[in-house]
Amino acid sequence: MTRWLPKVYLGLVYLLLYVPIGVLVVFSFNDSRSGYTWGGLSLRWYGSLFNNNAMVEAMWNSLWLALSAATVSTIIGALTALALHRYRFRGKKVLNGMLFVVMMSPEIVLAISLLALFLLVGIQLGYVSLLLAHVTFCLPFVVITVMARLSGFDESLPEAARDLGASDFTMTRTVLIPVIMPALLAGWLLGFTLSLDDVVVSTFVSGPSYEILPLRIYSMVRVGLKPEVNALGTLLLVFSLVMLMLSQWILTRSKR
Amino acid sequence: MKKTLLSLSNLTKQFDGKTVLDSLNLDIYDGEFITLLGPSGCGKTTLLRLMAGFEHPDAGAITLSGDDLTGTPPEHRPLNTVFQHYALFPHMSVFDNVAYGLKMEKRPKEEIRERVGEALAMVQLQDYMRRKPHQLSGGQQQRVAIARAVVKRPRLLLLDEPLSALDYKLRRTMQVELKRLQRELGITFVFVTHDQEEALSMSDRVVVLKDGVVQQLGTPREVYERPANLFTARFVGETNFFPGEVESIHDGSITVDVFGLKRTLRRPDFPVQQGQPLHVLLRPEDIRVLDPADEQGVAGKIVERNYKGSTLDSVIHLEDGTEVLASEFFDEDDPAFDYRLGEPVKVSWVDGWEWLLPEEADEPVHEDALTDA
Repeated sequence: MTRWLPKVYLGLVYLLLYVPIGVLVVFSFNDSRSGYTWGGLSLRWYGSLFNNNAMVEAMWNSLWLALSAATVSTIIGALTALALHRYRFRGKKVLNGMLFVVMMSPEIVLAISLLALFLLVGIQLGYVSLLLAHVTFCLPFVVITVMARLSGFDESLPEAARDLGASDFTMTRTVLIPVIMPALLAGWLLGFTLSLDDVVVSTFVSGPSYEILPLRIYSMVRVGLKPEVNALGTLLLVFSLVMLMLSQWILTRSKR
Repeated sequence: MKKTLLSLSNLTKQFDGKTVLDSLNLDIYDGEFITLLGPSGCGKTTLLRLMAGFEHPDAGAITLSGDDLTGTPPEHRPLNTVFQHYALFPHMSVFDNVAYGLKMEKRPKEEIRERVGEALAMVQLQDYMRRKPHQLSGGQQQRVAIARAVVKRPRLLLLDEPLSALDYKLRRTMQVELKRLQRELGITFVFVTHDQEEALSMSDRVVVLKDGVVQQLGTPREVYERPANLFTARFVGETNFFPGEVESIHDGSITVDVFGLKRTLRRPDFPVQQGQPLHVLLRPEDIRVLDPADEQGVAGKIVERNYKGSTLDSVIHLEDGTEVLASEFFDEDDPAFDYRLGEPVKVSWVDGWEWLLPEEADEPVHEDALTDA
């Protein structure tokens, strides 16, 4: 009995994890209009999804926003991490701690304060406000990911490059960035996923001019669950799987 | 007269108010193998980093064949470094690692390929060009690091404890190889180590450092046989310190009382007066262990014996408690030569093999004949 017990336990855990996802995927191919009965295999919901212009536009908006937010926060975050790692200055510990404050603080607090700030400064709610907000909450994750990589970084590598005739800039380009590349990619992917599925902050700082996917889905679900959502969910799932595999591939390649 | 290549004058460096180098002067000759030797924290690595340009001196100057280098950034100094942990670029192949310096000089591709090939052949790694550093053993990585540093044909090669991460046998092999490379290339080597054996066996000259001050500068033989002070004597090799007192002074010799023995010894370079206490230094291999019936010598007994293959090392307790280390070669005529523990013996030495040093003001309290290797 003790031999099969762990297996059953593990099976149960994975069942609980994957049943909802499995149901979603299966029902995305359901021909029936009702969400509860099986009406045979069909791709009709995928079709109607791509005919839904508002939905497709929201998807592109979301992807573009996630792409730009991840990129901007990776650039700023990597430079911040380098500064925190490389230089000794007053208040370094405080700055370090403040990263965690942003990470740990409830999203709703960040959302309200960002909204208040944008209204105060007079930034129109739309792409720009969303980008600024997303960069804000992605940034600490990028900084911490890059700092973790830098803490294991051999300090004599930049020195070796300088010793062999590289300027500070060339050294950064040819040694520092390639060596911390896995962390940059990991930080970027983290930012990308955080941005893509954010609802709370986005709800507050988005405007009618720029609708993004999570908010679109949220408003669709409120008027009743359409099977289109299942198809969309399945597509997003496939997309994140591809991203995950891509990042794993890059990581293992960089180790070699 | 040897030509000075790199000249350090009055170099001073402090970290957080702690003086690491104290107005240090040193001239490094063209083509020599010079070793900076000292315990950790003596400033030897800082000195090397100042030469490489990774640190800037608080005061003093560095000149290379008369040109001031003090403010020159590392990338513009015609010298290269072999780092302690090799610092190979992990994302580059062996070829790209070695080619890095030449690429920085914007050499033509053909020349780069040729010179990298030569450098790798020199360290017997020409078949490993496509490997990544992590696919190499420690010794191979070490050799790549050396090839990468010499491929630019620097005027001076700085080596920061390059062998400390290797096991004993490999270390010996690399010592020989480094010496060979230095001879073949004719490049000046500045080698940092805390291993005195390594320093003695490889160097033309040894700089013994302590607390950022040069304790002694000389050939390995000078440093070992004629240490300038107690620190050098203790740090380099094992030494027995016998307390002596000047009995009488003659022209070229002095008579010294050591454990009641009156020995006439060569007069030292430092001034001596009658009644002055001094240290009589004897290396373990200078000690003669005699029969207890022998007339000369100080009585003691064997408390430890250590078979070392080519020598028999023993520890002898004299009657006053002083510990004496002796290292004797095996005699062809007496292959069964050995001691019993507790065996009574007498300890002596051949006059002229000793080295005399004056007492120092800030001597440590424990003044037994001691091992401090």
